[in-house]
Amino acid sequence: MTTVIGRAGRRLFGARERALPEPAAPGDVLAEAAGVRLDLGGGAALRGASVAARAGEVLALVGPNGAGKSTLLAALAADLPVASGAVRICGRAAGDWSAADLALRRAVLPQAATLSFPFPVEDVVRMGRAPWAGTRREEDDDAAVRAAMAATETGAFARRPFSALSGGERARVALARVLAQRTPLLLLDEPTAALDLRHQELVLGICRERAAAGVAVVVVLHDLGLAAAYADRAVVLCAGRVAADGAPGDVFEETLLSDVYQQPVEVFPHPRTGATLVAPRRSA
Amino acid sequence: MTVAAGPVDAAPPQDTAGAPRGRRRAPVLLAAALAAALAVLCLLSAGLGAYDIPLGDVLASVRHRVGLGGHALDRVPESVLWNVRLPRVVLALLVGAALGCAGALTQGVFGNPLAEPGVIGVSSGAAVGAVASIALGLTFLGTWTVTVFAFVAGLVTVLLVYVLSREGGRTDVVTLILTGIAVNAFAGALIGLFLFFADTAQVSQITFWQLGSLAQATWPKVLAVLPCAAAGLLLAPLSARKLDLLALGERPARHLGVDVERLRMVLVLVVALLTAAAVAVAGVITFVGLLVPHLLRMAAGPGHRFLVPGSALGGAVVLVGADLAARTVAAPAELPLGVLTALLGSPFFFWLLRRTRRGQGGWA
Repeated sequence: MTTVIGRAGRRLFGARERALPEPAAPGDVLAEAAGVRLDLGGGAALRGASVAARAGEVLALVGPNGAGKSTLLAALAADLPVASGAVRICGRAAGDWSAADLALRRAVLPQAATLSFPFPVEDVVRMGRAPWAGTRREEDDDAAVRAAMAATETGAFARRPFSALSGGERARVALARVLAQRTPLLLLDEPTAALDLRHQELVLGICRERAAAGVAVVVVLHDLGLAAAYADRAVVLCAGRVAADGAPGDVFEETLLSDVYQQPVEVFPHPRTGATLVAPRRSA
Repeated sequence: MTVAAGPVDAAPPQDTAGAPRGRRRAPVLLAAALAAALAVLCLLSAGLGAYDIPLGDVLASVRHRVGLGGHALDRVPESVLWNVRLPRVVLALLVGAALGCAGALTQGVFGNPLAEPGVIGVSSGAAVGAVASIALGLTFLGTWTVTVFAFVAGLVTVLLVYVLSREGGRTDVVTLILTGIAVNAFAGALIGLFLFFADTAQVSQITFWQLGSLAQATWPKVLAVLPCAAAGLLLAPLSARKLDLLALGERPARHLGVDVERLRMVLVLVVALLTAAAVAVAGVITFVGLLVPHLLRMAAGPGHRFLVPGSALGGAVVLVGADLAARTVAAPAELPLGVLTALLGSPFFFWLLRRTRRGQGGWA
């Protein structure tokens, strides 16, 4: 009965057909910050940072604590108003989108996954489909939920309450919800923070797979080895500015990283694969 | 069910698409059971009391009035039924539904299963208005004076709380609840002040009203609640899906397309309407708005598409039942309804609280 009322209400109050996002060609800029300055709690969190997220690309945001990674991600998500500079999402100024239209275009994984009430896991993942209610892509709901849960290996506890899960399991459920949203732009804030080795690889594998499907993925990472292995491009942030922007192999360079992290760092190739490895320089 | 039992070691469901079908039946069954219980309680409540009217007579008289056969009763039972019992039953139903629904909405808006309409200051604000009109001896609106004062004061209070707790266009939940606590304390002080200056007759009137009662139910009072309660009850389910998303937190809800500020503004006003209307005619009846959504969440899960209308139904059941008990348990005396609900409800609530906490390892 309530769904009938709800549907009638939507028809009455929100009847206009919304424009669904256009498919993007690889390389299209889906989110862009240009010279963004942003103040948080009195201090400047970003001091003129510029970054672009392109379709088909995994972009890693790295840098020391407090460098502005999460703030930049929030700016790209249109969460925070910028003091100066511009943020554009899917070709339009961030402030010009309505919350509902934005939700069809970008999905955001927050750093910490919380839930006020003990919803079962599957219901939480299904919440990711809410933006599509009333559009023709609503039909994909079941498939999207199933695929997202399979990809994140959360199907095994589909019916358990979210509150009964461990931290790592919650993180994967939160990721499943974000994946189920099926937006052309994915913004992930430290998706690997609570995860074990295997699931870190799993999550970044998903990022690669989404990028291959044409999604623009922006991911905040602390593990530079993971960033080097999975990102197409890395942006090194330092004190609210972009210190370097380019392919991880070019950007992860000993002097730059040692300077940015204020910690001697060595960068060397993996003895077998030649992949870039980053480790703090420790006295033997 | 799964919620109350805590972690369930369910076998990994391979076919997740089939899972919701089975689970969605619990709310349907529960709603049917509540509706049946409500019907039975309404009939019992109409018949039982200082002057008993047999069930058959109640049904016959009701059928007679709506033109479906039946027959009118003698003058006295007909008058008792239609001028005393039925307005009271209907008022209990409306007030209970309003309180239960308002409770579910409040808990959803604040993302806290322990929030209740009293938290945001509506109840105490309404109480200040009512007590002021009694203590100052205002009667310029006739018998409606107390009702109107309670209603206006409740709305003003909740708007005040909301404005005070907003900062930079956003509302922090903790600030909102703390502001509510401060306002509640201030309202309590004002009520104390009015009581201090009131004369003996007024004090007894105020106390009676503060304890919560439906003893003065009349059809005009029913009509006074009906528009607010009906509007609130019809508007509330429209926000149910958004309330589900709000459980993720404000930012994630916004990421999923919810205009959080507008949602909260609308819901706070709906809550204010429902609670102030209920408090204005029935006095302060605590606890229904806290317990009913809580029990339903345990039984049928936290989805608001069932919880919001379900809490209205459950609130009506609880209040009709409680009012029947208040009238009959200590007959010919009548227990104050608010005291009864709090007395029976709070220990039960403590027990539920402990059990749920153990089962889930906390609220987060």
